[in-house]
Amino acid sequence: MSNPSVYVRAAMAPAQPAPRSTVGVAGWLRTNLFSSLWNTVLTLLAIALIVSIVVPTVRFTLVDAVWSGEGREACLAANGACWAYVKAYLPQFIYGRYPIDERWRVDLVYAMLALGLVLLMVPRIPAKGATLAFMLLVFPVVAFVLLTGGGLELDGGLIPDDVMAPSAFRFWIEYGAVCAVLLALAAALAAWQGASVARTLRNLAAALAVLAVVLLAVSVDVGLEHVETANWGGMLVTLVVAVTGMTASMPLGVLLALGRRSNMPVVRLASVVFIEVWRGVPLITVLFMSSVMLPLFLPSGVTIDKLFRALVGVALFNSAYMAEVIRGGLQAIPRGQYEAARALGLGYWQMMRMIVLPQALRLVIPGIVGSFISLFKDTTLVLIIGLFDFLGQIQASANSATWASPVTGISGYIFAAFVYWIFCFGMSQYAGFVERRLDTGYKR
Amino acid sequence: MASTDVSGPPVDRTSSLINNPRFRGLFYQVALILVVGWIGYDIYSNALDNLRRLNLVPGDGFLDRTAGFGIIQSLIDYSEASSYRRALFVGLINTLLVAVLGIVFATLLGFLIGIARLSRNWLIAKIAAAYVEIFRNTPLLLQIFFWYFAVLRSVPDMRSKWSLFGIAHLNIGGVYLPRPVFGPDAGLIGIALLGGVAVSIIVSSWAASRREELGRPPRVWPVHLALIVGLPVLVFFLVGRPISFSMPVFNETGPLLRRGFERGSGLVVIPELVGLLLALTIYTAAYIAEIVRAGIRAVSHGQTEAASSLGLRPGQTLRLVVVPQAMRVIIPPLTNQFLNLTKNSSLAVAIAYPDLVSVGGTVLNQTGRAVEIVGVWMAVYLGLSVLTSIIMNAFNRRVALVER
Repeated sequence: MSNPSVYVRAAMAPAQPAPRSTVGVAGWLRTNLFSSLWNTVLTLLAIALIVSIVVPTVRFTLVDAVWSGEGREACLAANGACWAYVKAYLPQFIYGRYPIDERWRVDLVYAMLALGLVLLMVPRIPAKGATLAFMLLVFPVVAFVLLTGGGLELDGGLIPDDVMAPSAFRFWIEYGAVCAVLLALAAALAAWQGASVARTLRNLAAALAVLAVVLLAVSVDVGLEHVETANWGGMLVTLVVAVTGMTASMPLGVLLALGRRSNMPVVRLASVVFIEVWRGVPLITVLFMSSVMLPLFLPSGVTIDKLFRALVGVALFNSAYMAEVIRGGLQAIPRGQYEAARALGLGYWQMMRMIVLPQALRLVIPGIVGSFISLFKDTTLVLIIGLFDFLGQIQASANSATWASPVTGISGYIFAAFVYWIFCFGMSQYAGFVERRLDTGYKR
Repeated sequence: MASTDVSGPPVDRTSSLINNPRFRGLFYQVALILVVGWIGYDIYSNALDNLRRLNLVPGDGFLDRTAGFGIIQSLIDYSEASSYRRALFVGLINTLLVAVLGIVFATLLGFLIGIARLSRNWLIAKIAAAYVEIFRNTPLLLQIFFWYFAVLRSVPDMRSKWSLFGIAHLNIGGVYLPRPVFGPDAGLIGIALLGGVAVSIIVSSWAASRREELGRPPRVWPVHLALIVGLPVLVFFLVGRPISFSMPVFNETGPLLRRGFERGSGLVVIPELVGLLLALTIYTAAYIAEIVRAGIRAVSHGQTEAASSLGLRPGQTLRLVVVPQAMRVIIPPLTNQFLNLTKNSSLAVAIAYPDLVSVGGTVLNQTGRAVEIVGVWMAVYLGLSVLTSIIMNAFNRRVALVER
């Protein structure tokens, strides 16, 4: 059938290359920057904006900056940032007024913290459970002893002074007595409830023994010089506040979130009131409260360290925010999960620990990290109640007579911003990484 | 056989009570009440004890005593002879001032950045992303210090200035703007404005009902324009121009002490307010931008496609389909940010802007009334957040998606 007037192509025509204007660098530029007149105008404006911001910034921080020198003359001569000042004060920014000969202790704590975090954060490294137990149980005690010098004076207080003078011996007698009472109570309760008395006693005794070891560790004199928390400063205070706040607010937040979803009206009401009060007020009033009002609430003669008071305030404040984040996760778990756990015969705490919380916490990782980041940024507020954190130390040094110059302050702030940014941005990036890693199970 | 053994072990009667969930719940709750009550009583008795030792009688009587300190910015009459109560009130008004201004500016900037982040222009989107990442990841207090101590201290001194179009001026004393001076009949303009707004609301509802009837909206924007802008302007000229502007007067020559801006001329915005406002606006705008971006992206692509296939133009799609649905997602977290901004304005104390916390701190230092002052702070901030939540919950119920 050969009709010469009909032409049917027998083979596929070779593919034409894409138009030059849509591929390569030129194509990318065209679609992303110059697709229309309006877009072109925007691009040019954006370029002008970038040039007008980036060029002076680079000039100020790098080109015109002073990198070395002594005293304020070096800074006065500078047209740009005065990094010589930051270099001179760097030890203060890191350690505050911690005695120079004792700074190895801070270094050791920093190293342990960094090592622990790396071991926990890199997924490929095994033995997460052991590391976590170490970081939560051993590290805080070691850090406390190293940073303060240990030798906490425990002298008891249950037995009146005229019966037995205050001493470590009295404390341990009292501790033993309290333990005995607790063990007896637990045994009675276990017997009443029909649980295994031996196992209850074993568990409680283990917990009390661990507590005893901790108390012994913080009270025994290890021969380290005592360093007042008033001498702590810089990154040390920032990290102490941030890390304690983060670790303390997690369990508190979980408890509050569970309390808010509890069936017991009193528990629910107490949780709601606690959460909403803390969330309704600014952190600065909480810190003021902990610094001026808390002493009024304590029996006369009892004083609590200023840093510790701030820690309590920050932890309580953050736990309210954490509770709301975790509640979001709890609400997102389908009812079927709760019901299935119940049907398997799990008790409330077993259900929460093994079924609900692992799923809920995984869901709210972004929220938890977000609240960690805001906590880290909020640690700067402690400078208002007179603690010298990283920013407080920089703020204080910028006005010191030896380095005062028009660019000293701005150099310090840029340095501070850079450091805080690294921490916060790092946290958010790591959160994104974890989220993507854990997300796989939910992708369909 | 297993089927014969159905009785099981003998039931222990004593364990039934502890295993009864109702009894256990009751037990835990009573225990909680006892513990909380005990802590509360302990705190109360300790506080009374300590206050007695300090010779302080709890109560608000001290609020009527003379404050004796000056406040650098007050929108109401205040002098050193005023009472503590008045001083705290000035602080509250200053807090509200910075909060309202901050909310307005941060919303504008935040929407701009949020939309820029979704721009098809790669460069614009990247700039917006950089803005968000920089300002969200540095502490607000640091930003306040940066603007106040580093930027606003390096502007010209009191005897020189930077000017913008000859209207706004900046030097180390703050920002100088024209100040409106209201004449005796200026109230009439306000009445005209209110009346215009009221009538145009009525016109809007009439227009809405017409649209339902006819299927096409009547053209009402000229009416709105005439009512809201035209009417007050008309009244302004009719009653003889009662509003004038006091321009800031700058003396460049003359005796050294008289150089600089003349006192009482123009409107002076103190640098503390400028710095705080800059930091709050820029910081909160980064969060609002993320909220706006998430809200717009939450409107599914199908919605825009459906709108296009119905024949709506891109502008109409945005205005009638995307924005109303995005707002539903945006508003709740946006309110949260407004509250955050209000609470964050308490950082004013770090640069001595006289807000509620700052003034309260001064009063606290002078009188030692820690409990009362902290109580005032908490009551005010809690009141503000409860008020906002009530309004927002009502709003949320109205716009919430009604499903099935």
